[in-house]
Amino acid sequence: MPKKKTVVSFKLNGQSVDVLVEPRELLIHTLREKCAHTGPHIGCETTHCGACTVDMNGTSVKSCTVLTVQAAEAELLTIEGMAQGGELHALQEGFMQEHGLQCGFCTPGMITRAFRLLKENPNPTDEEIRFGMAGNLCRCTGYQNIVKSVQYAARKLRGETVTTSHPLLEEVSTGTR
Amino acid sequence: MNAQTTIDRLTKLEGIGCARKRREDPRFIQGKGNYVDDVKMPGMCVGVMVRSPYAHARVKRIDSSAALKLPGVIAVITAEELKPFKLHWMPTLAGDVQAVLADGKVSFQNQEVAFVIAEDRYLAADAAERVEVEYEELPAVVDPFKALEQGAPVVREDLAGKNVGAHGARRHHNHIFTWQIGDRDKTARAFDAADVTVKQDMLYPRVHPCPLETCGCVASFDKVKGDLTVYITSQAPHVVRTVVGLLSSIPESQIRIISPDIGGGFGNKVGVYPGYVCAIAASIVLGRPVKWIESRAENLTTTAFARDYWMTGELAATQDGIIKALRVNVTADHGAFDACADPTKWPAGMFHVCTGSYNIPNAFVSVDGVYTNKFPGGVSYRCSFRVTEAVYLIERMIDVLAQKLNIDKAEIRLRNFVRKEQFPYTTPLGLEYDSGDYETALRKALSAMDYKGLRAEQAIRRADPNAEWLMGIGVATFTEIVGAGPSKMCDILGVGMFDSCEIRVHPDGSAIARMGTMTQGQGHQTTYAQIIASEAGIPASVIQVEEGDTSTAPYGLGTYGSRSTPVAGAAVARASRKIREKARRIAAHLLEVSPDDLEFDLDRFTVKGSPGQEKTLKEIAWAAYNNVPQGMEMGLEAVDYYDPPNFTFPFGAYICVLDINRYTGESKVRRFYALDDCGTRINPMIIEGQIHGGLTEGLAVAMGQELPYDEQGNVLGGTLMDYFLPTALETPVWETDFTVTPSPHHPIGAKGVAESPHVGSVPCFTAAVVDAFAHLGITHINMPHNAYRLWQQSHALGLDRH
Repeated sequence: MPKKKTVVSFKLNGQSVDVLVEPRELLIHTLREKCAHTGPHIGCETTHCGACTVDMNGTSVKSCTVLTVQAAEAELLTIEGMAQGGELHALQEGFMQEHGLQCGFCTPGMITRAFRLLKENPNPTDEEIRFGMAGNLCRCTGYQNIVKSVQYAARKLRGETVTTSHPLLEEVSTGTR
Repeated sequence: MNAQTTIDRLTKLEGIGCARKRREDPRFIQGKGNYVDDVKMPGMCVGVMVRSPYAHARVKRIDSSAALKLPGVIAVITAEELKPFKLHWMPTLAGDVQAVLADGKVSFQNQEVAFVIAEDRYLAADAAERVEVEYEELPAVVDPFKALEQGAPVVREDLAGKNVGAHGARRHHNHIFTWQIGDRDKTARAFDAADVTVKQDMLYPRVHPCPLETCGCVASFDKVKGDLTVYITSQAPHVVRTVVGLLSSIPESQIRIISPDIGGGFGNKVGVYPGYVCAIAASIVLGRPVKWIESRAENLTTTAFARDYWMTGELAATQDGIIKALRVNVTADHGAFDACADPTKWPAGMFHVCTGSYNIPNAFVSVDGVYTNKFPGGVSYRCSFRVTEAVYLIERMIDVLAQKLNIDKAEIRLRNFVRKEQFPYTTPLGLEYDSGDYETALRKALSAMDYKGLRAEQAIRRADPNAEWLMGIGVATFTEIVGAGPSKMCDILGVGMFDSCEIRVHPDGSAIARMGTMTQGQGHQTTYAQIIASEAGIPASVIQVEEGDTSTAPYGLGTYGSRSTPVAGAAVARASRKIREKARRIAAHLLEVSPDDLEFDLDRFTVKGSPGQEKTLKEIAWAAYNNVPQGMEMGLEAVDYYDPPNFTFPFGAYICVLDINRYTGESKVRRFYALDDCGTRINPMIIEGQIHGGLTEGLAVAMGQELPYDEQGNVLGGTLMDYFLPTALETPVWETDFTVTPSPHHPIGAKGVAESPHVGSVPCFTAAVVDAFAHLGITHINMPHNAYRLWQQSHALGLDRH
């Protein structure tokens, strides 16, 4: 049943935010409904799917099972805060170049999780990416291109040259028509 | 024209065959997608369902008073409230009816009983818990065979006395239909005369498509204008508009259905569900926007299962393994309401594609639909209507026959394939396959995987009594039937299964195109533009593709059953050609030559034999608005409604190698090779992505997904704790390949691809699992092949003892 509301303050993508919430309110609802940040999604409400992943004080959390009051004074980063100064983050570019998304529903959580993964391990193997991303479910891609997308971003963030593995005119010359 | 210039122009055009980057991605990678739950409207309230804890019970009393006392609670709707509007029951796509809210009785666990509307989702959830419902529990039946016994509980009392259903005679109170196809007598004679016959029972378990976004809607009725707007998670928004019109008596012209971004569908989002109807009804009564978003548990246990087919297959063959006849008997568990999403005349969908890629002269199929106390559905989970079931059946049977005759599983397929020169090929069950080259595909697969080497390795492994891991090799050579469909055969609620495209070219040469389909991740905004680019010469980068808003898009039947490319894609090509032909006449006028003197060259018309004398589509578009030939209408627009002459028949050859630990049942997919032939390939990058996804969903179904029930009718597995969705760790690395055999009847030869990998991979996984035990006499193991069940198999054979 509704309880007395409290003011919670946190930093959301660098901006100071105050929200008035019941103690039971979940962070994902606060972000989506009070802060108009609809990038993080709700896929399961049980911490399985990772669509609601946000970065809280330097850790990936599933905001569907974090109370907003737990985020008091926290530094929060969501997909909306990834691009800086009009430039896409390397992960955003990687997901586009390597076709790491289809319906897009898991994508904000995937990118936000991969952001923290690459901070912790800037030079991961494919296997380490698969392990580190196992808390984020995708029903469309089969993960293969997600792994490639994260590797693309890792290379770019390390300052290496990057190219897409899907060149535009790969097949045209085979003339199927 | 030098080659470099041509490549530059091709690059700029981004037409058919290009790995064009997706137009959808910029918004998704920045968190700017717009899914139904992102929709927020002024004055919007939220609805939550009260659901039955019992599988079968009378609803004696519903007391909403405690709920209504809570501050912020607006209304509680039950069947009684819906009755004056005749909305307490709704028609299903299968010709049955389904209770929107329980009308005196519940027939499955989690059935919708009451709908609570409150100012926000927390208040609505609080109130739902305060709705008191008194039930009188009834015995439940969850086994379709027991459901058909004398004295079985009556699942549907509302059908008492109705001996004829939408698909013919009913012979028992829980019987829905019997559907038969093929020549029973001729098939029986072939069996009587055969050298060898085999028979195998198999269960294709109840599973769920489980897209990452659950179902939901926001309904908004404007009491002043009388207009209804509904944002909805629908793969078929135009069909939803027609259904809502039928239910509400609001003219379709005043109903606007909008499918915004859809977070995956896979068949789950084809139907019309009680939550949608309740939200719409509530909005009409309240005059306020009402949002309903289901939870994951509600999604997994109420909105549309797939499969639940109990199949028996029989093959008759010669000693050499040449198949003479196929006989199939299916008991189909449809749950409490027949809500299958099939074309009207086909209660078992396209199950009759079950003769597969093989030249089988005689076949007979019989399917019985049965009611049980389980949730309704029968949708096609990443496949065309009941095609995964059909392909599973025939691919399993071929393996069973191969084992009986001790013929290699690839070899027996090569012996029975429909030959390239037999196309168009009419099957004994009346389908006309458009094109195929099965042998080339399989031989390419065998060679890519060094099949002989694998079999040699397996022989050594089998001979080693100390080998800890059993090795299985699965082969599947499937034929899909997609692109429903010809309106003479296929309709939904009486509407033919055509699809549509409308293109408008603007004065600056850019264009907008709208279709009757609805992308859910397939990348229509990218690929349709590629078709227009190649066919009408307009660069894809300046083509805007829109779908999903019934007020702007032309009517179409939507996206499922891999029908977008075969049907709407054809409409796109044909509308583009209409644009091109009008452009040709305008160009001829501008160049003062006859239209016949012009040839179309990528993005322009050139006077034959006079290089340099040309008009680009951009120039022509401008002229269309100020300088057209006398008698021609201004503007550059085209519409096409495409009714396909036939289905399309994509095919493939898959090989899976896996290892199973005989002590623990753990399995590891070592390699999985998928060769797909989808005819003309529009965007190889997107095709590859679709195949990866389909294979992963196939892995999920084969290795872990099921929605079992206990005897009381409690659904087990209705959360992601129990229901298996593979993570990146469980998912192997996929190897993809292709051949190209265009469809002869499709304007650009394309067949559709997204579902083939699911249809083909599920039997391939089972084949590999069974093959690991085949040398010990095992011919079939039912899915899901999780570690526990594989250990059980190993244990039964005594393999887990040292």
